[in-house]
Amino acid sequence: MLPAPSISLDLRGTPCPMNFVRTKLALEDLEAGQVLELLLDPGDPVRNIPRSVKEEGHRVLSVENLGGAFRLLIEKVGE
Amino acid sequence: MPSVSVYIPTPYRSLTGGRANVVVDAHTVDEVLTKLIELFPELQERIFNPQGDIHEHLNVFVNEEEIRSLQGKSTPLKEGDQVAIIPAMAGGSNLTPEQVERYSRHILLPEVGGKGQEKLLNSKVLIVGAGGLGSPAALYLAAAGVGTLGLVDFDRVDLSNLQRQILHHGHDVGRLKVDSAREALFDINPEVKVVTYPFALSAANALEVIQPYDLVINGCDNFSTRYLLSDACVLLQKPLVDGSIFRFEGQVTVFLPGQGCYRCLYPAPPPPGSVPSCAEAGVLGVLPGLIGVIQATEALKILLDLGSSLAGKLLFVDALTMTFRQFRIARNPSCPACGDNPEIKELRDYGEEYCLGRPGAGEEGARNLPEAFSQASM
Repeated sequence: MLPAPSISLDLRGTPCPMNFVRTKLALEDLEAGQVLELLLDPGDPVRNIPRSVKEEGHRVLSVENLGGAFRLLIEKVGE
Repeated sequence: MPSVSVYIPTPYRSLTGGRANVVVDAHTVDEVLTKLIELFPELQERIFNPQGDIHEHLNVFVNEEEIRSLQGKSTPLKEGDQVAIIPAMAGGSNLTPEQVERYSRHILLPEVGGKGQEKLLNSKVLIVGAGGLGSPAALYLAAAGVGTLGLVDFDRVDLSNLQRQILHHGHDVGRLKVDSAREALFDINPEVKVVTYPFALSAANALEVIQPYDLVINGCDNFSTRYLLSDACVLLQKPLVDGSIFRFEGQVTVFLPGQGCYRCLYPAPPPPGSVPSCAEAGVLGVLPGLIGVIQATEALKILLDLGSSLAGKLLFVDALTMTFRQFRIARNPSCPACGDNPEIKELRDYGEEYCLGRPGAGEEGARNLPEAFSQASM
């Protein structure tokens, strides 16, 4: 079972790169091991965000297609 | 009735019209909170729970003491007391939505992020000279969100400045440069606090002016200020980002506390008449842009603790051939300002001998110079 998210961000309607800016700030607020839940639009956002999150060293736990939107769970890695 | 000042923390300022301090007349803490809520009704539920008690995630301080260690809400107040309402914070980002958008391209950088941007917003940089070097440095540092910028310049805008001093515009001719600069910086980022010093830096005022700042950028145009500023930064242990220009050439270096100073690099100014001033020599207008932006880059790196700075290195730029050369420079253990047994323990004004040079200063000035550099044509 996947862990419960500590913060949830609805980024539907927030275009790139502001969606990733807000994702980064939310991850900065978390402790290592805590989980961030994102709701993303299909297309660029769901293509870009998981890659950028991994580049910053965090772990993408799941990407779920809700039909019209995607739900991501991201585990914060590091300090 | 005693008049007291109440500090409003950032999360509640949207409810107080952005005000950080509110002055009210009150005898007790309870009266302060009541009056505050009369002024800003939305604070009611932020401060009190439905039972009418102060929320447990809030501390209320009178001067430095939390009121639970005093007499709670009945704590009496006297004229001039300072009351502060401090909520628990998650330690996360304190950026406003507008700041998140304005600084988004910084926040996206893995090396900066929200934390780095907050660091910049809390930083204070002093820029000496609002001219060719100071203009681009100030504009970029303001745009970057450096929270406080101090500007020192006694001079007024002249038509001949506009060829390179991009803080100033045609309609500014005749105005104090610091006034014209303040306006230009406000236009680019109204968040930045600009503090102006419309006088020449001197031995009498330099320490007081520099003291509040985290870092100093030197954009001055004369040797006396250059030595004064270097000595002052040594005494106050402040990082100094030095820049200078001549015709098509420029120099930039960084003096970090304990790692050398301008006197280590150039123990004395050139002899009289050997180096013309900018006014006589001319300067390619874009050159101070190039050098000033490098100075701003070094300042941001130092404030953010990123990369490696030009400390211990002199960057020499020749715009005619567009060559950038770096020379190693070192702290001089017998430097009179920052050496092991410093002689300079207080500032003095370097008048004529530094403006006009003095006999023998040339030979002394050549000591310690990197070999390749002394061959470069200045």
